[in-house]
Amino acid sequence: MDASQGGKSMMGIADPLLSSGVTWAILLIVLIKVVVAFAVVMVAVMLMVWFERKAISDMQSRIGPQRWGPFGILQTLADGIKLFFKEDIVPNEADRVVFKAAPYLVLIPALVTFSIVPVGGTVTIAGHVVQLQVANPPVGILVMLAMSGISVYGVMLAGWSSGSKYPLLSSVRASAQMISYEAALGLTIVTVALATGSLTTRDIVDAQARGVWHWNLIHLGVVPFVIFLIAITAESNRPPFDVVEAESELVGGYNTEYSSIRFALFFLAEFMNTVTASAMIVTLFLGGPAGWAPHIAHLSWIFPILWFIAKTAVLAFTYVWFRGALPRLRYDHVMELGWKRLIPLSLGWLLIVAGFMVKPAYGFAMAAAVIFAGTLLSRAFEIGASRGPDAVLTPVGERPVPEETIREYFDDEANDEGSAR
Amino acid sequence: MLALTTTWPDLLVFVTAAALIVVGALGVISVHNPVHAALSLIVTLFGVALSFLEQSADFLAAVEIIVYAGAIVVLILFVIMFLGVDRHPRDEVEPLVGQRAFAAAGAVVTVGGLIFLMAKSHWVTGVMSASTGGTPLASGQGEITQLGQSVFTTYLVAFEVTAALLIIAVLGAVQLARRDRESEVEQ
Repeated sequence: MDASQGGKSMMGIADPLLSSGVTWAILLIVLIKVVVAFAVVMVAVMLMVWFERKAISDMQSRIGPQRWGPFGILQTLADGIKLFFKEDIVPNEADRVVFKAAPYLVLIPALVTFSIVPVGGTVTIAGHVVQLQVANPPVGILVMLAMSGISVYGVMLAGWSSGSKYPLLSSVRASAQMISYEAALGLTIVTVALATGSLTTRDIVDAQARGVWHWNLIHLGVVPFVIFLIAITAESNRPPFDVVEAESELVGGYNTEYSSIRFALFFLAEFMNTVTASAMIVTLFLGGPAGWAPHIAHLSWIFPILWFIAKTAVLAFTYVWFRGALPRLRYDHVMELGWKRLIPLSLGWLLIVAGFMVKPAYGFAMAAAVIFAGTLLSRAFEIGASRGPDAVLTPVGERPVPEETIREYFDDEANDEGSAR
Repeated sequence: MLALTTTWPDLLVFVTAAALIVVGALGVISVHNPVHAALSLIVTLFGVALSFLEQSADFLAAVEIIVYAGAIVVLILFVIMFLGVDRHPRDEVEPLVGQRAFAAAGAVVTVGGLIFLMAKSHWVTGVMSASTGGTPLASGQGEITQLGQSVFTTYLVAFEVTAALLIIAVLGAVQLARRDRESEVEQ
């Protein structure tokens, strides 16, 4: 069945599989979808790690992995096996339970997010129309926002529970950075949802299926795409926003104290996030699996999947390219970009898009208002910047507990520790 | 309500959600480490989101996770880590005089009020029943449309007042944290 035809007839309905009762056959199909998706993501991550190392090597005139398999393609597998058999060390200062749970808190959201990505059109298995995505919940794209919100905990708790100062700094940075960019990310998703009139990823993809001019990349103006690309790069702590694991400042960041398989899990999650982020951008802005497909009997379902893989691979290469080409941003610049540039810009663009959807005249009026507000805002930033370091705020007012009481309490404790040694 | 329409999956989901909520809530008040308490709070929030899902309020469940678990508890943890209070439980210092008594009184009033409402009107929110209080909640996409329409028509004033309240809170926080330039010059 053709992807666009299948999509239009079931617009607004959730997964056709689960719309009329659950039987054993349906349960089996869902189970197969889950297992296949899991396997595909794992293989994709393996290839992504290899691809990133190889491409970066080429950019830096090195050879890169070459020992295992053709072009070193099995290097990731070899590394995984090595890490699996290494000794697993839990530091004495660590909070043991949280320390052990943290890698899974990063991994699980990364896996769950991929379940809402439509990788193809629909296929018919044993009389059931099956969408080629693990799940198509009515809240759709919000699952991605929820999961990116949850994945903060993994990084944050990994740093805190290590009981070591550089990981702690890293986790404080991570929590601030991820919360900051979540706002811009959410506002661009609202822009897409507004244009689509639906939150489900399937509807978002179907709305873009009519041709390149209907892709949200062009349909919404290029600005939301750029904001989303920057924000999701920062959200997944990829270079150039990898201040969380800046090895020149923080040793290795939140995962400094980790070893063996737990360390590998962090990297698995990171590359899984890269693959998922690429797939998300393709879904939201590049039409997902939409593309030209020849009408070959029984095989036309395969072309949307090929389109999806091709688009995702281009985005994945862009990520590697960022890493090869751009230097790491300074921490305060990262925060400034997020709060002072991306959030106002995405909010303004959302208003303009909303205006144009009601009436072109409103759109232009809204654009004028946004430009006016933007000028005011940039003037305010200019004045703020010209005040210099003296303008940095310091806390004022009285503490509820007098300063001396707290100091006494802590000094006593410090003295006790000192005498004990 | 529960006894009339319950099916086995419903009951299972309800029991799981309730267990998550209660265990999480007990954890928040009983563990010593503030970070562990914040983590217990997340468990509670997930339980609440699950019970929203069970009542086919998908959008509320997603927002619960995004806003509360994804942002607010992260901020709480951020403050705990930033102030470095996580390894120093200062149980003997009371920042506000008599805070324990006030907390106990507040808990009694809240729980008492909830029990009174449940006994009087069958629903905690005070509405007599879901079917007479308004149109039943649609599921899926319809639910979001319904929610948006009621927020921007019936409850528009309350919605805008809440927005104003949040802005006032932010301005207040900025004002409290701000060093007063003029008074500094006078000094």
